[in-house]
Amino acid sequence: MKPLRKLLDNLKPNFEKGGKLERLYPAFDAFETFLFVPNHTTKSKGTHVRDAIDLKRTMILVVLCLVPCLLFGMWNVGYQHYQALGISNNTMTDNFIFGLSKVLPLIIVSYGAGLTTEFIFAIIRKHTINEGFLVTGMLIPLTMPVDVPLWMLAVATIFAVIIGKEVFGGTGMNILNPALTARAFLFFAYPTKMSGNEVWINTETEKGQTLVDAYSGATALGEAAAGHANKIPDITESFIGIIPGSVGETSTLACLIGAAILLYTGIGSWRIMSSVFIGGFLMALIFNLFGLNTLMQITPLHHLTLGGFAFGAVFMATDPVSAAQTNTGKYIYGFLIGMLAILFRVFNPAYPEGMMLAILFMNVMAPLIDHYVVAANINRRLKRVKPIQNRNE
Amino acid sequence: MSEYIKIKQGLNLQLMGEATKNVVMIPIPETFAIKPDDFISLSPKLLVKEGETLLSGSPLFYDKNNEKVQISSPVSGEVIEIRRGNKRAITEIRILADRTIKYLQFEKSNPNLLNKDAIIEKLLLSGIWPFIRQRPYGIIANPTDVPKSIFISAFDTNPLAPDYDFILANQKINFQTGLDALNKLTSGKIHLNIKANATISTTFIQAQNVQINKIAGPHPAGNIGTQIHHIDPINKGDIVWYINPQDVIIIGKLFNDGIFDAHRTIAVTGSQIKNPKYYSIPIGTAIKNLINDAGLKNGENRIISGSVLSGYQIPDNGYLGFYDSQITVIPEGNHFEFMGWLAPGFNKFSISRTFFSWLTPDKKHLLTTNTHGEERPFVMTGQYEKVFPMDIYPVQLLKSILIEDIDMMEKLGIYEVVEEDFALCELVCTSKIKSQEIIRQGLAMMRKEFG
Repeated sequence: MKPLRKLLDNLKPNFEKGGKLERLYPAFDAFETFLFVPNHTTKSKGTHVRDAIDLKRTMILVVLCLVPCLLFGMWNVGYQHYQALGISNNTMTDNFIFGLSKVLPLIIVSYGAGLTTEFIFAIIRKHTINEGFLVTGMLIPLTMPVDVPLWMLAVATIFAVIIGKEVFGGTGMNILNPALTARAFLFFAYPTKMSGNEVWINTETEKGQTLVDAYSGATALGEAAAGHANKIPDITESFIGIIPGSVGETSTLACLIGAAILLYTGIGSWRIMSSVFIGGFLMALIFNLFGLNTLMQITPLHHLTLGGFAFGAVFMATDPVSAAQTNTGKYIYGFLIGMLAILFRVFNPAYPEGMMLAILFMNVMAPLIDHYVVAANINRRLKRVKPIQNRNE
Repeated sequence: MSEYIKIKQGLNLQLMGEATKNVVMIPIPETFAIKPDDFISLSPKLLVKEGETLLSGSPLFYDKNNEKVQISSPVSGEVIEIRRGNKRAITEIRILADRTIKYLQFEKSNPNLLNKDAIIEKLLLSGIWPFIRQRPYGIIANPTDVPKSIFISAFDTNPLAPDYDFILANQKINFQTGLDALNKLTSGKIHLNIKANATISTTFIQAQNVQINKIAGPHPAGNIGTQIHHIDPINKGDIVWYINPQDVIIIGKLFNDGIFDAHRTIAVTGSQIKNPKYYSIPIGTAIKNLINDAGLKNGENRIISGSVLSGYQIPDNGYLGFYDSQITVIPEGNHFEFMGWLAPGFNKFSISRTFFSWLTPDKKHLLTTNTHGEERPFVMTGQYEKVFPMDIYPVQLLKSILIEDIDMMEKLGIYEVVEEDFALCELVCTSKIKSQEIIRQGLAMMRKEFG
């Protein structure tokens, strides 16, 4: 790799202070540090050695954890498409290739639009380019219905990067989860493309193809909200993820594979993940006791496999920046996300999927939770003082 | 009355280059130096000129802020150079040492028969007082204060740190005399904290008139800050004193022999040292002879006075820090690594399991000074808490310092910490944040605010 290094070393002066392309330094730096871990050393005072982990490693690992969801999502897009068309003699590869042809453009547009915005901001504001978007750029397409128009996706991504992140000061400073900001933006700005029964399955027909008669296109939760208890896929189907839904969210199994890696490597917070599932489980259990409508009758475990619950719990709620930051706060934060997600599902028939709104709402509440957790710590410290004052009296 | 404390959060950093248990005597190195920067917030006023001859125990300078506190020469010889840095601040007082050390004679006495003021007077006069430091802030103790307790950590859990049970094995008498003197200085107890579940030297186990506490768990279990937090925590206005066990011996010798004998046993360690071992040598020694004797490996090296976690870099013709009993030499890491963040990393150290080095958790690491990434804002959470065994929110405290909120810093527990307590946080930080530097700034702010 010596020639490459030499090339970079030769180019570098152009981008450094006083160089011709000084303004583009953040872009050069991003490229250089992408290729080479920099030669920075620790300062002469302080900790002289450092953990090998950095944000690039962290983020690429999260992307890796998303791969099972992505691959399954691609297959499922194809599978659902051919199912809707009543074609059953196609192979797994056919499904996958069809999905790939639909999902890959989404990923390219998401990364393209997002990274361009990031680079522009980094250059204007003269800060280094952060790795956070590596994950955001993958999360956004996975939370979208497959037929979302590409321009819409681009607009949403740009909106998420600017309003969701950069206006607060960039990675580490944002209040809302950027990927969910993108999704929420589209959901409220273009609801017809983001909800209902038409968007979840690609139903393009080529010459001679028609949709099957019984085709509905609704998600499991859509069917439940409509009271079609018999049309809800059973728990095995929804756990594996052979159901309509956003590209990457349908397979609870794929999410759990990602979760296992996140937890084992120590990147994802087990406190948040487990408490989201527990919160959701308990809320669903409570609704079961009443059982007034179809949504209330879905069993707790079944609830957790439907919609974006698992995906949100594993990949969205655990975003360290927008989540609660204290360990105690994380339990509360996760638990409330789980409860609210099921609550929104059941009580909001217009939009039966509540995970996105639950997480965004708790993102906003997270600093408040932390505030009280820290205040409790301060009180504990103040309480320690009392016996000493007595001693002096 | 002995406490058993189990530290759960923390990390023992396993490094290559541990000193073999073998104390080597080498001739007294030519030069010694005392560096006023080793004493936080001390403002030196010189008492010697270049060319003056000194005995071990002769005063070198005193603290303008607290004129009774003086620092003495650790060896006899001649002042050969007074080095100055920015704004003519004194950076080093170099002494050309005699071949055999001559000592300034103080009166031998039994501390049990002296009153508190006489003991303080004797410690101040001999220049031994600066070994006693206080929390908050980690500065030299103020002789007019009465601490609520005195802490001695009988073990050091820093990477490659000297083993006190080994080096103080036959020092029972001097150690006890030192403890007797210290006992007169506090209104509370002396807490002598030993490692749980280990064979402990009789020097410590048989110590009298102290409370012996057992501490279990990984680093920073041996840090004084951790121990104080769990045994007798510092609230606003509290003062706790602490002293290194080797320096208790120095106090003991002052009373038993009437001299300031600045000998300490120090460990020369690190992956770049061929034969890491111990040396018995006075404080402030030039490190060159020691490193040459232990054998230095080729390459660009970083020599650290102290441990890799909280020591400071010194040049190869430099001098050991006043409070340090350890030299660590590791390779510099000023090289690029192609796609290093994608590599499987079988040899990389990480507290996370993001590199395949988790397959070999007990392996001793060879670490360089490379930061393995650029500095970033705080992103990951819960990392510091895994290695920070205090009921304090480390990130929140750091943030309160960054926004200079004195009131919040106080509420979040700044009085209980110094830089070294955040060393592990800095080690494991994904965002490469320099926590120790931030804490140092915070403590400076507090001292400025409250004097």
